[in-house]
Amino acid sequence: MQQALVQSGPAVHMAGVVALLGTFPALSGFDLSVARGEVCVLSGPNGAGKTTVLRVAAGLVPAIRGSVHVLGSDVRADRRSVRRHLGYLGHATGLYADLTVEQNVRFAVQAAGSKPGSHPQPIDRALTRLGLDGRLRSLRVAYLSAGQRRRVALASLIARNVPLWLLDEPHAALDPDGRNLIDELVREAAASGTSVLVASHDLERAGRIADRVLTVQGGRVAVADNVA
Amino acid sequence: MWHDAKVVLFKDLAVEWQSKVALRQVLPFVLTVVLLFAFGLDRVLINDPLISADTVPVAYVAPGVFWLAVLFSSVMLIQRSISSELDDGAWDQLRLWGLDPAGVFVGKTLAVAIQLLIIELMLGAVVLLGFGATVPNTVSSWSLIVTVMVIATIALSAVASCYAALSAGIRVRETLVPVLLLPITVPLLLASVQAWQGALTSETAVGWAWVRVDAVFAVIYGAVGVLAYGALMEE
Repeated sequence: MQQALVQSGPAVHMAGVVALLGTFPALSGFDLSVARGEVCVLSGPNGAGKTTVLRVAAGLVPAIRGSVHVLGSDVRADRRSVRRHLGYLGHATGLYADLTVEQNVRFAVQAAGSKPGSHPQPIDRALTRLGLDGRLRSLRVAYLSAGQRRRVALASLIARNVPLWLLDEPHAALDPDGRNLIDELVREAAASGTSVLVASHDLERAGRIADRVLTVQGGRVAVADNVA
Repeated sequence: MWHDAKVVLFKDLAVEWQSKVALRQVLPFVLTVVLLFAFGLDRVLINDPLISADTVPVAYVAPGVFWLAVLFSSVMLIQRSISSELDDGAWDQLRLWGLDPAGVFVGKTLAVAIQLLIIELMLGAVVLLGFGATVPNTVSSWSLIVTVMVIATIALSAVASCYAALSAGIRVRETLVPVLLLPITVPLLLASVQAWQGALTSETAVGWAWVRVDAVFAVIYGAVGVLAYGALMEE
């Protein structure tokens, strides 16, 4: 049975997290707390452990030590319940190449059993917001560019109306308009109370959207910097 | 579970509807297999007067050819089903949406089973016509034929779904799935062939006894999939 998620407290709380990728210690005593409605950016060089932090928060990589609480629930104990309330955009888009843009977004909404929120037509709104309406809507994802695929994945995410976004290099493969759109979407989401944890090595971009930037190095937080 | 199963089932069928891999690739492949069997068994079945028709009647050969072709189809269909999940990280998304793993298993199993049944209908007609086999025009024979098709197809799809999930994270998945799947389905293949032979030779009592093996297989692998798919997806 799914647990009701706690509405108060940090959206993500990690304490002393150790996580291995094979035998490599990707995180070694990682601490993090992301408040509700906060945009927190993890920055740092390739291989620092940014992606692993997101995957641990989503329960895709297990923490072998330490505690991980997401939206008030222990990820290990309530993995399914936690996952239904977060949106994850990773390096892969998670789309089905043979389905159309609309079918992919609709499947995401149905699969996650999402509440449509205040808007009566969340799929239409998401597709329009990401510039995927009109002809693109009924086009198979196989025919889209990498940037357009990323937009479809984002449309799936915003159509679901979840309280936590985990974004891994969200600006990757996008043109300047697309990158600006991501920034807008993140700020809008945060303004409506959604917490956003972003992994990015683009510090300039990160500075535009972040309330806080954490520099990750060697699987730990090396520098914490409040932007806002 | 049923909501998630329905969502996954319709998604998998939509993927097939758009790509038509089952009809455009799997079906021609298995029809070619059947044709090759027909050529290979030509002397046995038709031409050689030294081999009596009573020794190797088509009623014994046609079911074997049919169910082997079905087995090959199931391998191709499940490979296709799991590839569509793995190509761009959708397998992770299924987990991230918090879908009930049992629902994912049931949905994927039913999607493969439906595609397989459609292929079987066309394949069955070709095998019966091509090999000159006839089904006795009795309710008992036809109901046995149909029951075996449905139960064995569900069992086969359930086994295939389990082993496809098991090998999902492995780089040599394409070659590993057949190696794992084919040996484990030998009892299922044997039972289905025997049951069909019973139907074609009007020995339906014998055939119905073999249906129980198919049913046991379906129940066991259905239960294994429902209970273990969560662990298989997370590995």
